[in-house]
Amino acid sequence: MIEFEGVRKTYPDGTTAVDGIDLTIPAREITVLVGSSGCGKTTLLRMVNRMIDPTAGTVSIDGEDVGSLDPVRLRRRIGYVMQNGGLLPHRSVLDNITTVLRLNRVPRAQARARGLELMDTVSLDRGLASRYPAQLSGGQQQRVGVARGLASDPNILLMDEPFGAVDPIVRAELQRELLRVHRELAKTIVFVTHDIDEAFLLGDRVVILRTGGVIAQQGTPAEILAHPADDFVAGFIGADSGQRRLRVVERDGARIVVDRHDRPVGLLDADTPAHSDRR
Amino acid sequence: MTWILANLGLIGDLMLVHLRLSLIPVVVSILVAVPLGRLAHRVGWLRGGVLSVVGLLYTIPSLALITLLPPLLGTPVLSDVNVLVALGLYGVALLTRSVADAFDAVDADVVRSAMAVGYTPLRRFWTVELPLAVPVIVAGTRVVAVSTVSLVTVGALVGSRNLGSLFTDGLQRGIVPEIVAGIVATVVLALVLDLVIAAVGRALTPWARVSGTSGAARRASRRRAHRAEVPGTAAEDAVTGGGAA
Repeated sequence: MIEFEGVRKTYPDGTTAVDGIDLTIPAREITVLVGSSGCGKTTLLRMVNRMIDPTAGTVSIDGEDVGSLDPVRLRRRIGYVMQNGGLLPHRSVLDNITTVLRLNRVPRAQARARGLELMDTVSLDRGLASRYPAQLSGGQQQRVGVARGLASDPNILLMDEPFGAVDPIVRAELQRELLRVHRELAKTIVFVTHDIDEAFLLGDRVVILRTGGVIAQQGTPAEILAHPADDFVAGFIGADSGQRRLRVVERDGARIVVDRHDRPVGLLDADTPAHSDRR
Repeated sequence: MTWILANLGLIGDLMLVHLRLSLIPVVVSILVAVPLGRLAHRVGWLRGGVLSVVGLLYTIPSLALITLLPPLLGTPVLSDVNVLVALGLYGVALLTRSVADAFDAVDADVVRSAMAVGYTPLRRFWTVELPLAVPVIVAGTRVVAVSTVSLVTVGALVGSRNLGSLFTDGLQRGIVPEIVAGIVATVVLALVLDLVIAAVGRALTPWARVSGTSGAARRASRRRAHRAEVPGTAAEDAVTGGGAA
């Protein structure tokens, strides 16, 4: 469990990135921080592993104030995945994956074996182990980034817009894979994105932030869709633009789901009863 | 031609001396410029000051600097130390900016990600930032090496014995082949040194020539390397006594 209490970040030039955030991130779930640029979502994420220290307030992991921990050691027990994987271009794929293990002084042979296992976990061909990141596609680099984040078997995985730079098809594939990996490993994942659809797809809980670094609304995707807290949230999730207002029409004997502008978005399964859960 | 054939031993001997007089300042300037350039890269308010001071150094005429050094350093007027110190200073002047640029050019995301996975600052410097800065530092070192080889010849005017002695001696005695031999030997030395440093740079950066690296980036770096070799070739510099003379 990660807790933010009264967290504020003000920079010397007077800009406020995050303003008085109280937030509890439950263990073993995916929590997505979402908002447009300048809303402080990345700042919040980086406070967890002390890449950024708050001006006021505390961030704690399982009741332990991270401000009291050595940042380097703290970072080595938290997985971190960023856009483009943030891979070291001068190290091979396997060396990149085992970086944290080697920093933690795991013997080379053991680290290699673990690294190869992780390549399986993220569905990467082991034959790529000795390649350099530049020789991989964007999607493959991103998988290496996830494998590196998981290498030391951390309880917490921080993901900073990890799928922002890949094309939509690869992104959809990586999102599915992330959900699969999460089902298998049940890590506490904090995921930052500016894409609300990605947030609703991945998040057990979604935290919507607004400019100036305050929380506009938090809850499950269903709660937020059902009851947007205000006009800002409604606008952000697209509830007012019509694309989330769906209805069913009969066409050629099939029941088609259409949006407010009558554009078809899907087909209603004839004999599936309504679910209470989105999964 | 007969003069050259009769004096091959002398030319070879002078080339070796010349090589030593060039290598020492190049090595020293790398050792000084890397920490200095890194400092300029890291500490924003120092950057302008450091780079201006080293830039000004390069504007001091080489002959003046070499003759000014003995009273400052307490060295004998004819000592090679004066030449070595002067060339070391020019090397630092040229290389510090390259080093600062080299560290600037390292992808900030890569540095941040190294920090995020738990590198200590010191380890990050040695195993991430420095290796990734190598290509630009090597490019800067090649310029310094070629420039130093040509500037060493100026030392001959103040009694240092090197390939430049072939110019001064040939001029005094009216032996044209001796002057030509001096120029050709200096150019050859500069080119060989340049090739060696380029090869060392390639050996240090195996990741930079993998097939997957975007062709555009590789073509651009080839163009840059090509441009660096063409202007101010050692021959010109040797004849005019170097850019700083």
